[in-house]
Formats: sequence, structure tokens, C-alpha cells
Amino acid sequence: MSLIIDHIDISFDTVQALRQVDFEVQDGELFGLIGPDGAGKSTLFRIMASLLVPDAGRCLMHGHDVVKDYREVRKIIGYMPGRFSLYMDLSVEENLAFYARVFGTTVEENYDLIRDVYEQIAPFKKRLAGKLSGGMKQKLALSCALIHRPEILILDEPTTGVDAVSRREFWDMLKKIQKEGITIVVSTPYMDEAEMCDRVALIQKGRLLEITDPSVPSRSDGTALFSLRSHKGVYAYLEKVRNLEACMHAWLFGDQLHVTLQSERDADHVKSIIDGWGDSSLEWEKIIPSIEDRFMGLIEQNNI
Amino acid sequence: MEVREHIIEVKDMVKKYGSFTANDHLSFHVERGEIFGFLGANGAGKTTAMRILCGLSYPTSGEIRVAGHDVYRERERIKRKIGYMSQKFSLYEDLTVSENIHLYAGIYGLGRKQIVVREEQLLERLGLAHVRNRLIREIPLGWKQKLAFSVAIFHQPAIVFLDEPTGGVDPITRRQFWEMIHDATEEGITVFVTTHYMDEAEYCDRVSIMVDGRIDALDTPAALKQQYESVNMNEVFLKLARS
Repeated sequence: MSLIIDHIDISFDTVQALRQVDFEVQDGELFGLIGPDGAGKSTLFRIMASLLVPDAGRCLMHGHDVVKDYREVRKIIGYMPGRFSLYMDLSVEENLAFYARVFGTTVEENYDLIRDVYEQIAPFKKRLAGKLSGGMKQKLALSCALIHRPEILILDEPTTGVDAVSRREFWDMLKKIQKEGITIVVSTPYMDEAEMCDRVALIQKGRLLEITDPSVPSRSDGTALFSLRSHKGVYAYLEKVRNLEACMHAWLFGDQLHVTLQSERDADHVKSIIDGWGDSSLEWEKIIPSIEDRFMGLIEQNNI
Repeated sequence: MEVREHIIEVKDMVKKYGSFTANDHLSFHVERGEIFGFLGANGAGKTTAMRILCGLSYPTSGEIRVAGHDVYRERERIKRKIGYMSQKFSLYEDLTVSENIHLYAGIYGLGRKQIVVREEQLLERLGLAHVRNRLIREIPLGWKQKLAFSVAIFHQPAIVFLDEPTGGVDPITRRQFWEMIHDATEEGITVFVTTHYMDEAEYCDRVSIMVDGRIDALDTPAALKQQYESVNMNEVFLKLARS
């Protein structure tokens, strides 16, 4: 097991930031932590990186306890914090050389691991890190976190505020790094990125709501999810749908409404009501819940 | 189709920083009461354009009118007619909910009595009356965002500019936020919004996509999806920004 998080609690003043968080990550896995700001993701990463001691529970990185064996832990992990970890008044190549030397290695020794990422910023290697664009800083920070060939790479919201194209490229890079045998734990507020992970943990307000394999659909509570589309736009139908007796929840979802019914048995009845609304472009169909649907369902279920 | 007033009119807008052209002859308009999505990759020039439209920076050249006022000569008038909110900065963390409302409303020139009445209505509607005397830093992010938006339109501006307003919030709060945006347009407010969430692009009446300082596409989400043979706006965006 690469990583064991064993019933961790931590509080700051009166706020309980993590409560009884408990999960494991397998060797070579790409594991995602999905949740909004304030969920406790960064706190958990800081515990994994041995920068914060939990009030209760244990965290083991490849068998090393982050409190007792923190020196060992720091050698085998690569950590990319949410706020940039770079020295803004050093150049691109100086930052990389610095991180390599801190970890007792050289840029040359592990260059093959970072080649794909680093070559994209190499044309700017003399530029100060502070003068790079957001996307380039992100690539440099990733290169620095990888330069000592860590066994476990932990990335705290590497794609927040990054546009959809750069985000896609970043995930392609992570997939390649995973193929090198490196275990990756990554957090994100973007639900669509969850689909790129082997497994994801959904976290909200310090609690782990669910761990799930994004490729395996599940809906065990008996409810059923439907989508509603119209050429006229769906916003006008939102209140109407919410007022239906069988409707538990309805939310905007791109160009559709996603409607949760108490039971699939209600579907035909709802369909007949919708047919009576006189919009022939309305399309009503049963759909498989995405990660985002599931997360929304869990938030509502737990009323948090 | 009904012809609507152009609340923002941009012709040949250019902004240069030295030899670098951040905005390269932008021409577009925004209609009164619409939700206009202003998309683009990081560094495409969105923030530069938005700062000009808000009266915070002069263009190098071009003819630009916002809410009927010229961006070269009437910036102070523009500022009175717009609201602004971003994820990065919106409310003062070390002031209370009520103090933030009074501060912003005062800056926009509302009278004391008017502020008190509207404050009650606002807190009632948001269900935040019980936290009126709490510091902003003590309330959850989702509440903060909704309050920040309400404060940005408290003086009933003609246009509200939203710069990545939903970054980092949970998926339900994000949707509630968009329902608030729709409600604002029903009161006649025009919404100019940037986002990295491509599903949110679908909620806009029209969307422009900037690539390298130019607007490469501008239309309704449905028309863009058809034109770029894409199932959603994410695909449209990827096709444009990668080409």
C-alpha cells in the first residue's frame, strides 16, 4: 500500500477541519481528492507531506509514519502545494537545479522523467519564475516536484484557475508520470477531472463522503436520474420541474436539467406531464449519473 | 427578432504593452439584459479587455462605449453604472456582513435610509439575517459568494462584471449562483462573465472565445456547438484554443 490514512482528526481553534478521514491508496494508483474550497483537502495534503501533525489518527507513506519518520517521508514524496512553491526571484533553471540539489541529486540524473514537461518551458529557462504565466509556473512546479524521482507525488489543486486546454494537457502529463510507476494523489475542485482518476474520494466539510471508481456507475438509493433538454433553453423549466411531486431535486447541468426522481416508477407519469407542456422540442431521458451528479446527491443526502 | 440596445459596444479595440498586443482589434457588442460569456485560455487577453470595459485602464486605440459612456472620457460615469465581482477579491474579510453592505452601498452613493431598507430585503432573501454581525471570514465560502454577488448589484447597475465568480465552490452552490445570475437578468441587469467551467458557458445567452488577443468565435452556445460539430462547449473550446 502506498498510502494509509487511518482515522485522521484535526482541528484549528473551534473548526474541525478533518474528521475521521480514513482511506488507502494502492501502489501506482492515480487517486483524486474532489471537493470544494474549505473541504479540508489542503489540510490533508499538508499532513501527508509531514508539515502538519494530526490530532488523532495515523498517516503512512509507503509504511513511513509522517510524524515519527518524517525525514524518510520527505525523501520519497514530491509535493506541489496549491500556492506556488517556486522561488520567484530565481530563474526557471535555477529553481530546478535548487530542488535537485536539496534532494541530493542532479537535473541530469532524472531528466528523462521530467523531459516532456520541462521541454515545454525550457525555451524560457533564463526567465525569472516570477515572470512566467500561470500555466508555465505550474509546469515548472511539477518539474521541481518530480526531479528527485519521488515514489509518491502529491499535488494540491494543480489546475485551479487554469483554462480547459491547459488542464487537459496537465492531466495527459499526469497519466505519463503514472506509467513511470509513481503513485499520484491529486486534488481538484473540477468534477470533470475526476473521470481521469482510477479512484476518487469525495470530500466536503472535512468528511469523506464516498470513495468511488469513476468508471463504475452506482446509484443504490432507488432514485433515478433523468435529463431534460429543449431547443428553447431549459432555465424556464427549472421551477416547473421542481414543483412536480415526484421530483426530489432539479439542477442546471450544461444545456440540460438533471432531475432526480424518487423512483424510476414515477418516470412515465412525469413524462406524460412534460408532454402536456406543449414544447415539442423537449427531450426527456434516463441517464447514468456522472461524478458531479453523485457528489451533488451526496451533499443533499447529508444535508451539508 | 427583437432588436435590443447595445449596452456595450466595442469597435477595433487594441491594447498594447510595448511590443506585445494583448487585445488585437476586438469588435463585439453586448445586448442589454443578456448573459454574455467571455471565455478564453489563460493569457488570451480577457482580463485586459475587462479592465478597459470597467474603466480601469485605457485602450491603445478603438471606439468603446459602456452603458452609453465613452471609455476614454467618461470613466467615472461608467464606474457608477457597473458592478464588479471576482473570486479573488470581493468582500472585506475583517468587516461584518452588514458593514460590507454599507461600505459598498455607500461607495456607490446610495442614501442611508435606502441602504437600510434594501439591506433587510437582501438578508431576508439570502437567508443571512442571522449572520449579519458576523465577520466575512467566519462565514462559509458559498454564502460569501452569494453575498458578494448581491453586493455587486446592490446599487442596481446596468452591467455587472463577474470574473471567475464560481471558482472553488461546491457544485450545488455553483448552480444556485447561476440561478441568482438569471434572476438578476430578469431585473434588467446585463451580465458579463468569465469562467473556466465549460458547463457554465452553456448558461450564457451568447459566448465569445478569445485566442491570442482576438475573438475567434462569438455566438449562442447552440450555434457554436453546431458550427464546431461538438457535443458540448468544452469540445468547442478545446477545438478553438488548440487550433
